[in-house]
Amino acid sequence: MIHRAVAALILAAGVAAASELRPSRDFLSPELRALQDDPSRHPGWLWVEDGEALWQRGERSCQSCHGGIGSMAGVATRYPAVAPDGALLNLEGRIERCRTQQQNEAPFGTESDALLSLTAAIAQSSRGLPMRVATDGPAASFIEQGRRFYETRQGQLNLACGQCHDENAGRRLRGDVISNGLGTGYPAYRLEWNTLGSLHRRLRACSLGVRATQFPLGSPEYLALELFLASRAAGLPVEAPGLRR
Amino acid sequence: MSAAAARAALASLIAAASPAAGQVVPFAVAGDAIASPLAGLSGDAARGEAVVKNRETANCLICHSIPDPREAFMGEIGPPLAGVGARLTPAQIRLRLVDPTRMNPAAIMPAYHRVDGLVNVDPRYRGRPVLSAQEIEDVVAWLATLRE
Ligand code: HEC
Ligand code: HEC
Repeated sequence: MIHRAVAALILAAGVAAASELRPSRDFLSPELRALQDDPSRHPGWLWVEDGEALWQRGERSCQSCHGGIGSMAGVATRYPAVAPDGALLNLEGRIERCRTQQQNEAPFGTESDALLSLTAAIAQSSRGLPMRVATDGPAASFIEQGRRFYETRQGQLNLACGQCHDENAGRRLRGDVISNGLGTGYPAYRLEWNTLGSLHRRLRACSLGVRATQFPLGSPEYLALELFLASRAAGLPVEAPGLRR
Repeated sequence: MSAAAARAALASLIAAASPAAGQVVPFAVAGDAIASPLAGLSGDAARGEAVVKNRETANCLICHSIPDPREAFMGEIGPPLAGVGARLTPAQIRLRLVDPTRMNPAAIMPAYHRVDGLVNVDPRYRGRPVLSAQEIEDVVAWLATLRE
């Protein structure tokens, strides 16, 4: 027990301060960075375009309440956020709420093309803007929960997120260069997936990598973790839709 | 007893004496080493080399490099394993494989022969160490041959 408390302390001390964190794009190969920057060659833009079309579709369209998609500039920098009823919502969760409560439609469902498209279109309107999620008030306890998850060694391989994403950022894990694990590029088009995918899908891959429990997409565990990652990324730019190997 | 029956009896005895693949055997740590081979088993270097290179199970090369030009995309999280057999004794290598947090609580290297005190283990792997006692001894035997 003492053993583990000490380990946790040392680990906490090893977690990098925000100022040492670098934008995810800095860790990409020059080829991938160029692709990420070029809408005409970035397959993720197909989803952005679909999302912009969905934004305007239907009688009670998103546009009918919010105006053009441009009105969403800056929104992704503030998510995840705690809703007035106390629920922690990421961008996907916020979209599903509008869908069910304002539009009276069935939810799109996690990882559906429609939800990924709208999320990509909305996140894209914040591309380049600095992350600035609220960390005080009702967000504080979620952030603590996410921080604990991030700092806990997990899985049969007994690794904490920071042991890779703080202590070994920039080094190679097989063919990957480890980034600071910020999540600012999601949803991202991953060549390995051959499609666009959510941050929670990526988190499930990291959990699997250390042979840990994979939590469901949209689970409270990954939502709190997503908020903690976003708070770590404060001041760093939104890169969605990202392009990854 | 016929020769065949004797062989079968012997085989089942050996099976009974060797630990089941899915369990952790007792061991004693002294200093930064485990002096005695796990369960008294002897390692086979060729099998150990295959374990180290296996991308599904041990996956050592996700983090380490070995002096083998046929291996591509090796990791750089842990120190290169070239020369490890000259730097460390088999007993020291054994502890570093079994559970490196016994010497350094902040070690990044996973514990390959441990089941206690792990959090959120995928149900498919729960209660089982990554490597069996025999596999640990095989890997120790192979790493001990990496002398330069
Ligand atoms: C054994 C090493 C390792 C551990 C432990 C690990 N990851 Fe990762 N993670 C990676 C690698 C490798 C990648 C792909 C390269 C990259 O983008 O960093 C990655 C990617 C990511 C990404 C996507 C980054 C991007 O921009 O595409 C996020 C976010 C992330 N990890 C968060 C986490 C979190 C949170 C945890 C703990 C629950 C965790 N990781 C545990 C190795 C690890
Ligand atoms: C997730 C990364 C990772 C994996 C996987 C990994 N190691 Fe390590 N290894 C390390 C690190 C990092 C160190 C340095 C000590 C530390 O911080 O744990 C290390 C140290 C060692 C050492 C001591 C080397 C020395 O010169 O002191 C040996 C031997 C070793 N590893 C062998 C292995 C073998 C064999 C495997 C697979 C069965 C393996 N490692 C898997 C990261 C890893």
